Amino acid sequence: MSVALLEARGLRKHFPLRGGVLQRTRAWVRAVDEVAFQVRAGETVGIVGESGCGKSTLARLLLRLVEPDAGHVWFDGEDVLRALPSRMKRLRRDMQLVFQDPHASLNPRLTIEDAVAFSLLVHGVRRAEAREKARMLLGRVGLDPRLYGRRYPHELSGGQRQRVNIARALVLDPKLLLLDEPVSSLDKSVQAQVLNLLQELKAERALTYVFISHDLNVIEYVSDRVLVMYLGRVVESGTADALAESPKHPYTQALYASAPSMDPDRRMERPPIAGDPPNPINPPSGCRFRTRCAFAMPKCAEAAPAPVAVAAGHDVACYLYDEVRT
Amino acid sequence: MSILALPTGVGVVVGAPLSYWRTVAWRLSRDRATLVAGSLLLLVVLSAVLAPWISPHDPNAGSIRQRLAEVGAPSHVLGTDEQGRDMLSRLLWGGRMTLLAGLTPVLVAFVLGTVLGVSAGYAGGITNTLVMRTMDIFYAFPAVLLAIAISGALGPGLPNTLISLSIVFIPRVVRVAESATVQVKGLEYVAAARASGAGVWQILRHHLLANILGPVLVFASTQVSLSIILAAGLSFLGLGVTPPAAEWGLMLNTLRQSIYVNAVVPALPGLAIFVTSMAFNLVSDGLRDAMEIRA
Ligand SMILES: Nc1ncnc2c1ncn2[C@@H]1O[C@H](COP(=O)(O)OP(=O)(O)OP(=O)(O)O)[C@@H](O)[C@H]1O
Ligand SMILES: [Mg+2]
Repeated sequence: MSVALLEARGLRKHFPLRGGVLQRTRAWVRAVDEVAFQVRAGETVGIVGESGCGKSTLARLLLRLVEPDAGHVWFDGEDVLRALPSRMKRLRRDMQLVFQDPHASLNPRLTIEDAVAFSLLVHGVRRAEAREKARMLLGRVGLDPRLYGRRYPHELSGGQRQRVNIARALVLDPKLLLLDEPVSSLDKSVQAQVLNLLQELKAERALTYVFISHDLNVIEYVSDRVLVMYLGRVVESGTADALAESPKHPYTQALYASAPSMDPDRRMERPPIAGDPPNPINPPSGCRFRTRCAFAMPKCAEAAPAPVAVAAGHDVACYLYDEVRT
Repeated sequence: MSILALPTGVGVVVGAPLSYWRTVAWRLSRDRATLVAGSLLLLVVLSAVLAPWISPHDPNAGSIRQRLAEVGAPSHVLGTDEQGRDMLSRLLWGGRMTLLAGLTPVLVAFVLGTVLGVSAGYAGGITNTLVMRTMDIFYAFPAVLLAIAISGALGPGLPNTLISLSIVFIPRVVRVAESATVQVKGLEYVAAARASGAGVWQILRHHLLANILGPVLVFASTQVSLSIILAAGLSFLGLGVTPPAAEWGLMLNTLRQSIYVNAVVPALPGLAIFVTSMAFNLVSDGLRDAMEIRA
């Protein structure tokens, strides 16, 4: 097995919530806590979790758009968080992000051709050449540059904008693409088209994907391996098949049970999760899922369980599986 | 940032690009009230600019025998003032002064305020706190009071008027520029630009300024009418332009005692101030609507 293309270890980001006249920190939003995982070249790693569990923050940490409070990120063997500005600029060509909100992710004052070409201009490509390449990529993602190139984002539909976002992310020929809920805001039929486009592009350009979504069906469809996040922590990780067949963590079990499944045997076998997710501001002590967990024990409140391997490449952070290790 | 609604009839041609500014121009061309106010404004500005060539008399040459002539008097179309100086000439020359004293501070405030506001908004943290709290100190005073206080301290004269009015308007522009910057900075397309490796200047130039200059410009344009009134007001109080120069506020002051002798002539400078500031207001309203910026 090749070395990891992307590796994160101990990533943590807590946002201060300030208030009052002196802007003192009132509380901390524990958006991402002790997240560690690897992405091997060529695979698709899915990250799934409820809204607000820190998926977008994690993506931004990996790209160093937000500086983490602690932890390490390596890309292609290089320490991303230690990279000097010039080196960082070079690294950014290799890891790109498709943003979540197709309405806010395009500058309303740039034509889509210029929006895609901008990244190339940043890296010193001449304007004419950058435009040419941008037009070529727009064509590849299904937007005829002669019809759409000179248009502004407000003239496009959500699906078309998301195609522009994909073109913009690919124009620098990255090795790794992070996709932050790329299809969540789209209609079902458009979702399928965009997902198929992404699969084609991946094969064509030998890309590696980190695919973020709250939709388990989408995650199961695209991913080789899946990370399940709950309130800023990874609770379980394993191959997509292993998780679908034998989810271990009570949260994962509930998640798979509540997703409308194609397989009647799996449907509603387990109770769906009770209650709303607790707030990432002052989350529960110890295991963050314990307040909604049917198997909660006294020690769950004491300390967060460390990930345990229940099978090769299948890790669970839950005390129910502690005996496996000992 | 608001998403532009497509005006019907434009942009439906497949492949026809419709730039933002063309949409704005198209909208303005449909707005009657703004067009009328704009034409009026153009007239005022042109007549002020051309005053040296079009005014029939020397604005400062009086005549004891012809004091307070009625409107329509021979060779004095708009009458004469209390020193027998031709009103039309003085209004034309006065417009120069009033517009200069009204527009310059807003222009200065637009430039300096945008620089300060964008810097504070983009830098955030302690820089932001320092800049914004300092602005709040000035912003806490009512505009008129602040203008009078600074002018009073600096003494009369056109340069001091310009300085004091600039100080009045800078904090206002800074606030608008800062909040627009903070808003745009948090949008995903700015993060996307950073993710592609763009530096601060490239982001400022291509992504931030392009999206905040519009709203800040519209805000600045709403301040012009206030600035004109303040400039005239300072002169009226003897804190602005000094006699014998013609300036609308000053003219209003010196003609004030003559109102019982001749009611029409003393009202003319007031009318000029009113019409000009109204026209500026209407035009900036129209501009705001055309650019779809919510106040
Ligand atoms: N810049 C920030 N400042 C303060 N809090 C933040 C910031 N960014 C994110 N958060 C908080 O961190 C938590 C995680 O946010 P994040 O956007 O990463 O969630 P998400 O999993 O992407 O959710 P969604 O599915 O809604 O996109 C949320 O509670 C959010 O309010
Ligand atoms: Mg998100």
